[in-house]
Amino acid sequence: MMRAVFQALIGHWRRHLVQLISLLAGLALATALWTGVQAINAQARQSYDQAAGLVQQNQFDRLLATDGGTVDQARYIALRRAGWLVSPVVSEQVETPDGPIRVLGIDPVTAPMAAQPAQIQRDDFDLSAFFARDGVVFAAPDGAERAAARFPDLRVIEDAQVPPNTVLMDVGVAQGALNLGAQLSYLIVLPEQPAGLLELSDLAPDLRLRAGEQGTDIARLTDSFHLNLTAFGLLSFAVGLFIVHSSIGLAFEQRRTTFRTLRAIGVPLRTLFAVLVAEVLVLALIAGAVGVVLGYGIAATLLPDVAATLRGLYGASVGGVLALPPIWWLGGIAIAVLGTLVAAAQSLWRLARLPILAAAKPRAWGHAGPRAWVMPVGAAVGLAVVGAVALRVLPGIAGGFVLLGAGMIAAAILLPVVLAIALHLISGRARAPMAHWFWADTRQQLPGLSLALMALMLALAVNVGVGTMVSSFRQTFTGWLDQRLASELYVTAPSAEAAEDLRAWMAARDDIDAALPIWSVEGMLNGAPGQVFGVADHATYRDNWPMLALAPDGWDRLAAGQGVLINEQIYRRDDLDLGELVSLPDGTQMPVLGVYSDYGNPLGQVMIGIDALTARFPNVERLRYALRVDADQAATIRAAMLRDLEWPEDAVNNQAVVKRVSLQIFERTFQVTAALNILTLGVAAVAMFMSLLTLSSMRLPQVAPVWAVGTTRRDLARLEVLRSAILALFTMVYALPVGLGLAWGLLAVVNVAAFGWKLPMFLFPADWAWLAIWAVLAGVAAAAWPAWRMSRISPSDLLKVFANER
Amino acid sequence: MSVRMILICLACLIGAPAWSQGFAGLGEQADGFAVPARGRALDFPTDHGAHPEYRIEWWYVTANLRGADGRDYGIQWTLFRSALAPVATDGWDSPQIWMGHAAITTPDVHFVAERFARDGVGQAGVIADPYEVWIDDWAMAGADVSDVALRARGDDFSYDLRLSADGPLVAHGDAGYSVKSASGQASYYYSQPFYEVTGTLNLPDGPVEVRGQAWLDREWSSQPLDPGQRGWDWVSLHFDDDTRMMGFQLRQEDGDAYTSGTWITPDGGAAPMADGSVILTPLAETTVAGREVPTKWRVEVPARGVDVEITALNPNAWMDTLFAYWEGPVRITGSHNGTGYLEMTGY
Repeated sequence: MMRAVFQALIGHWRRHLVQLISLLAGLALATALWTGVQAINAQARQSYDQAAGLVQQNQFDRLLATDGGTVDQARYIALRRAGWLVSPVVSEQVETPDGPIRVLGIDPVTAPMAAQPAQIQRDDFDLSAFFARDGVVFAAPDGAERAAARFPDLRVIEDAQVPPNTVLMDVGVAQGALNLGAQLSYLIVLPEQPAGLLELSDLAPDLRLRAGEQGTDIARLTDSFHLNLTAFGLLSFAVGLFIVHSSIGLAFEQRRTTFRTLRAIGVPLRTLFAVLVAEVLVLALIAGAVGVVLGYGIAATLLPDVAATLRGLYGASVGGVLALPPIWWLGGIAIAVLGTLVAAAQSLWRLARLPILAAAKPRAWGHAGPRAWVMPVGAAVGLAVVGAVALRVLPGIAGGFVLLGAGMIAAAILLPVVLAIALHLISGRARAPMAHWFWADTRQQLPGLSLALMALMLALAVNVGVGTMVSSFRQTFTGWLDQRLASELYVTAPSAEAAEDLRAWMAARDDIDAALPIWSVEGMLNGAPGQVFGVADHATYRDNWPMLALAPDGWDRLAAGQGVLINEQIYRRDDLDLGELVSLPDGTQMPVLGVYSDYGNPLGQVMIGIDALTARFPNVERLRYALRVDADQAATIRAAMLRDLEWPEDAVNNQAVVKRVSLQIFERTFQVTAALNILTLGVAAVAMFMSLLTLSSMRLPQVAPVWAVGTTRRDLARLEVLRSAILALFTMVYALPVGLGLAWGLLAVVNVAAFGWKLPMFLFPADWAWLAIWAVLAGVAAAAWPAWRMSRISPSDLLKVFANER
Repeated sequence: MSVRMILICLACLIGAPAWSQGFAGLGEQADGFAVPARGRALDFPTDHGAHPEYRIEWWYVTANLRGADGRDYGIQWTLFRSALAPVATDGWDSPQIWMGHAAITTPDVHFVAERFARDGVGQAGVIADPYEVWIDDWAMAGADVSDVALRARGDDFSYDLRLSADGPLVAHGDAGYSVKSASGQASYYYSQPFYEVTGTLNLPDGPVEVRGQAWLDREWSSQPLDPGQRGWDWVSLHFDDDTRMMGFQLRQEDGDAYTSGTWITPDGGAAPMADGSVILTPLAETTVAGREVPTKWRVEVPARGVDVEITALNPNAWMDTLFAYWEGPVRITGSHNGTGYLEMTGY
């Protein structure tokens, strides 16, 4: 019997192939977006974990030669024999025909555990092969070929734990391979040191200590990025579930007669129920599997961008090769099945309570009266409260995201209510009978369309919101770069002696308008780590510096050493105001004269007059300068400087190049977001299509009388398309403030929590116009097929409505 | 750290049960390493230096000390050499690894530190004459082995001691050829058990002046333990009548043990004690680092009239190093009184 029931039910799909394909496509797309985002996140996290100790030997303090050169190996031994726990590292970029590769030489015996691949620590690993001159070296999969070509004598083993584009070998092997003799690039200083050692500055005056990078900030920043992506994935999946819900709802509605017949001929409810659940599961499994494969594709396509984004923005390295564990594949399918069951729950619930011989009358429309509005309004108010509470209770980014999520859902829930009110008002004004019918009929269709319209609204709002955020970010950042990088050349002398040479060199030239010192000390600012910069009294700062607030005569008083400028991070963190005091690393306090924006800096920063800096911190390193020169001459002067002073390339930066690179990084950041945006909108369009398809087949009883009084089928079809377009447009109008609210939340709440700075919000009406056009097109496209079917419906079918009440 | 591989070798000799298994089939000239041979005379000062052609070697100092504050202390200073291949070269490619362990044991606290070093670059090494054994800033050095300065440092402790021997070196087993199992595994093994010690321990509460007695063990070999051996228990005992003894048992999986020892008279005369002559019986166990470790033993040498109980000064003297074991000072009571050191591996 089971088989017969199954065949009876499955016959439906054979007759409604488009419906089946839409259902599968919707679910597959939703799963794809969700799993794709998860894959990207998983890959990125895996990469940090791998790279944590390795690439980022950065996390450890290191000792570098003061003169910018190499460290003598004898110095390493001397420090060890003085009790300092340091580990030698060779790190050099070498050229290969296929591009540069980094040689990283470590000593696995003294290096911190985190700074070496796990493979070396395995019991069966032959350490002597690693030490040997013709020994084993490790390279990331993307660098293995280059490594083997560059070092034919060494045995290259692929190891995903090695950072991208790096070949890792023993420190001694690296010295040999690079002809370094007994020289090292730097020494890692282990975090734990014995008590009672002599000072490093006494033992190794020719070395300077560079503090390791704080891992926590990177983690926090990348967390916000991943949270962003996850929110996107979840949203896409939710939009996808709207599709599944409406398709399954449609399939159930259309088969009510079949259910009735089956039950009437004696099929137990339990059997029918089981078969339907099985059907839903099979559909979910198929769509889930396709979705996971698609998700892999999305991830693989986006990953290079994500990798570039993270590397550029946060310095976190992500491998470009996607490697996913089986749990990820299973998880993707599981969420598809789970989502489908949730979406089908309502339909299954109705079936379970279906009386055997109930009138198999599909509910084409519901009552959209004020009574039905109580629930959504109540829910929206509840969500608003949840959001407000979350913002206060949850720490940092999480609270912001809950607020945004609650706000978005509340807005979605309220959409049908607002649309109903709007349509009510319009239909009241309509004079012509046809127009009156059109608006009234549109209103009656709202309940059936509301889920799809909500999905569309969410997609549009996210588009507006994220688009506004991205564009605001870009505009602000570009302007800020122009201000902060006002000087043409930025110079860093490799050592104090080199800085003397530089000053003499500059004094002898007449094409340098000004050399502005960029000297800084690190220390505690109001109890948290930060930097103090000295600034010269120069028009470069007065005219260009991106000030958010400035006291009267602020620049004059700064030059006179009567106060400080603080960056936005301290300003917000410590809730400071102009005139209030900031404590500096030397223990003194100075009043705040102004606040400037300092995007991208996780730490607090203070600027004081250059004379005040040198007076308070006489030992400040005097190595960096910003040079004002004729912009056309910048490249020439840079070349002359490098040649005359015999400095490395990276000692002098051309502002134009720095700007270009910085902007590239930010462009890449948001390419990922843009791609997800488009995909989400596509999913919403499919959702709308499905809903219209559902409605069109149920609406014969409403349409037949209008046809009967003389409206042609063609006109009816046109009205269908028009209706869909108008609803899409209304939804867009509604989505606009919601999206702007989302943008505000991202810029003013999430951003402050994640990065410590607030971005000004800019509006881009031209983008909205385009989005509105896309929304209308989506509406038209979604209605096209159902409308076409209506224009082709045979008059006998329309007549049947009057002959047969079913 | 990445030296687990190296430690396999160490474990073989000190006897970690899981690891010794893999070396059961190694032949006489395992992997090209030299193997101890009976009848080769010890040669000083050369043999104070390293023997890179052997797989494993150690310079092992333990000392029982009494502080000016009246408290008992123990210190340990050990340099292990472990060879990946039976050669040593000048440079990073030398396939030898050095590992240092240092400890101070007080009745309440056990301080531990360890260090690792590559061979061939000067970070660690041994020079036989003038005598210098070092890893990082830890060193045992002097004009010769009979008079050395000994120092080490950890995160929260350090010590600086002077060790002067008032007796000769003592060769164990058959003129330094010390058999470790019934099937013939052996090592070269000699000691300097006659050190008098003065110096300073620097503890978190401040420096403590100390005096006492120290014992240097020197041992090198290539051969692993017998596959059936689970670990070992080793004691060095200074009796109040100025006699000394070294004894150890290698515990077998079947419950039996292979024992050996050396009886040392006040003038340095050494008499080996064959398998079965020394009887070690655990009396009480302490849970240390999640393991049951016997910290009170009965030591019997019927032929010498020895029947004593040895009790750990601090039962928690667990060497929480990469390769972990128990090592600490003991008090001796019974037929003889005195102080000594106990080492236990494989628990």
